[in-house]
Amino acid sequence: MNDTSQSFVKFEKIDKSYDGEVLVVKNLNLDIAKGEFVTMLGPSGSGKTTTLMMLAGFETPTNGEIFLDTKPISKIPPYEREIGMVFQNYALFPHMTVAENLSFPLEVRKISKPDIKEKVQKALDMVELGNFGTRFPAQLSGGQQQRVALARALVFEPRLVLMDEPLGALDKNLREQMQYEIKHIHDRIGITVVYVTHDQSEALTMSNRIAVFNDGVVQQLSTPNILYEKPENSFVAKFIGENNTLNGVVREVNGSSCTVELDGGFGMVKALKINVNEVGEKTQLSIRPERVSIDNSTSGSNNFSGKIEELIYLGDHIRARLDVCGNNEFIVKVPNEGSFNHKEGDELKLSWNSEDVRALDL
Amino acid sequence: MEVTISTAELLTTDGIPLKQSLSKAERRNKLRAFLLVFPLLLFIFVTFVMPIGDMLLRSVDDSQINSVFPNTFDEYKNWDKGADELPPEEVYKSLFFELANGDKRQIGKALTRMNYAKSGWKSLIKKTTREIKKIVKKGEEPVSYKDTFININKLWADPTYWYSFNQMVKDRSSIYYWNALDRTFDEDGDVVLQDEKRRMYIKTWLRTFKVSIYVTIFCLILGFPVAHLLANLPLRYSNLLMIFVLLPFWTSLLVRTTAWIVMLQQNGVINGILVWLGVISEDGRIQMVYNEVGTLIAMTQILLPFMILPLYSVMRVIPKSHMRAAQNLGAKPVTAFLRVYLPQTIPGISAGGLLVFVLAIGYFITPELVGGKDGKLIGSWIAYHLKTTLNWGLCAALGAILLGIMLIFYWLYNKIVGIDNIKLG
Repeated sequence: MNDTSQSFVKFEKIDKSYDGEVLVVKNLNLDIAKGEFVTMLGPSGSGKTTTLMMLAGFETPTNGEIFLDTKPISKIPPYEREIGMVFQNYALFPHMTVAENLSFPLEVRKISKPDIKEKVQKALDMVELGNFGTRFPAQLSGGQQQRVALARALVFEPRLVLMDEPLGALDKNLREQMQYEIKHIHDRIGITVVYVTHDQSEALTMSNRIAVFNDGVVQQLSTPNILYEKPENSFVAKFIGENNTLNGVVREVNGSSCTVELDGGFGMVKALKINVNEVGEKTQLSIRPERVSIDNSTSGSNNFSGKIEELIYLGDHIRARLDVCGNNEFIVKVPNEGSFNHKEGDELKLSWNSEDVRALDL
Repeated sequence: MEVTISTAELLTTDGIPLKQSLSKAERRNKLRAFLLVFPLLLFIFVTFVMPIGDMLLRSVDDSQINSVFPNTFDEYKNWDKGADELPPEEVYKSLFFELANGDKRQIGKALTRMNYAKSGWKSLIKKTTREIKKIVKKGEEPVSYKDTFININKLWADPTYWYSFNQMVKDRSSIYYWNALDRTFDEDGDVVLQDEKRRMYIKTWLRTFKVSIYVTIFCLILGFPVAHLLANLPLRYSNLLMIFVLLPFWTSLLVRTTAWIVMLQQNGVINGILVWLGVISEDGRIQMVYNEVGTLIAMTQILLPFMILPLYSVMRVIPKSHMRAAQNLGAKPVTAFLRVYLPQTIPGISAGGLLVFVLAIGYFITPELVGGKDGKLIGSWIAYHLKTTLNWGLCAALGAILLGIMLIFYWLYNKIVGIDNIKLG
């Protein structure tokens, strides 16, 4: 998939700076295969939108080249790139009806009137807005506007669709519903999608692969499950999903695993060696809350105890905030099986497998 | 259980009709809201509605002269112009006593009005009154009042003077409106064109429209790019630019207008530079002020902010993503501008256009100062009659026509663009 000959979109050594002093994107190398749904995920200011704008043609790379279908596109103006885009606030043209909005890209391509009508209707039907052609964008709800924007980005059959936080303005329920809809449309028509968001659950739901951006650099590019289960550095571990951290110093390295002495003299932890190299190095251990077990048996290789600071009842599970080894933000998710009868202030025995603890950079 | 849909009016829990209860609850709020705006309402009524109403009344009012010569006019109406060459004896008699006993100031005012109808009335009546007062002093009673008048001045035997009474015998008259359009009444009371040398209003009206339309177009052409720049520059630069746009507002209108005279006159800055550059010769200095060109240049500059500001306020809220979206969808920048950006600025173009046009059509100071003889607009005539000739009836008629034209434009505009589309910010 990462072979140049097969990649549909290829970023090669892209640098971008607006003021000549700060690099917004640093040495970006990214390959996207045809038909793939790739999400660029990251906090605001991490360079993901800039990257998308360079692909759309609204920003020029300061260095490097972007290839689309093996051809360099830096010299091609945006209106000749044949890339569809869904903008953050939809950018629907308020003075045109929904149908006129959708006809616009077809009209500028000088497609015949009957064809336009047919394509527009087909696109509207695809987003289940078949009867809304005569309405103006202002007469539609946020979700409907979103669908129109999506239909408009797809109606001229672009090679590639870019989406810049398209669901950011919607409320939670609608956002989740639209995530599935976009995913289904992608599955159905098989178009290549590059999606930008800062919402990790959105990225996990929809993407084939996710590129996690921070500080202008791709921290990790992988499938959702690998990103969640095997984060390669502490930023990714913290950014994707919930994460418990314990700080310490590496005392022993043994092939792919290591032993870490926790700060504050709370003992030794066996962990996977991911992002540390030498004995004596400072490290941050990462454990997912659902990988911590609270049964009293001492089956795991790491056994600790923690005091319950807070219990939150969430229906399907109980969320317990514990004070473990000096970290009072240690979260454990207890499945609601009816047998949990501890109170705040109780001591709990905790254990986890050393394969579920990842020793990352600090 | 059977569901019955009640058609009776809704009641509150206490059994009072809901509507009644609601209006009672709202009454206090409404009263308070009314009291809050009442001073402003009163102010607008006194300073705006009343003067305009007074102006409209004045433009058709002809009652003053009727109060000075009530009997004369009554008798005048009995004159059968087909049968007798001159009015009957009773007319002369009534006029005799009304001139002898009338209030001098009121007669003076009436004479001004009579002179609008036919020049010559003023001096004729003044001379005649003097003679009549002598006769009254002596205590003689004339045998024939008609002969007495004709003896005093032969013009009293001239029926055209008497014909001019025709247009004054009613309390309401449209004469001022006809005058404002270069027309007057002839002896039979028909509307005719003024003498050629007295026709000036139609010409001025046309020039007023022409100048206003040109100024509006120039303001749009010059203002659009500036407003666009203002709306799209980074805040640091746009604030500076905004100060340049607003600077004229902080400078006196007179200063700006006279500055244009300094710039444009034949020995002015622009001509001086052109001569110095050798573009024109010393003898070929261009006349750019005291004519229509001067009016156009100065008014465009002075009214430009009124175009830029509404445009700016509209352009500022057009998301930049629209132009990007249009290009992303395959439109070249020009197409994107024409089909996506421009249509969205129409509310601003209309608001600015209407504002500049309405201000230009009634503009006075600038055309008066830089307009010279053939750059004057209708406002100058209004001011002239208001201050110099004191013909307030004509002033009011000119003003009312101006108001009417603006209302027509407003109506047309509403039909074409829609008043809801106006956006001033």
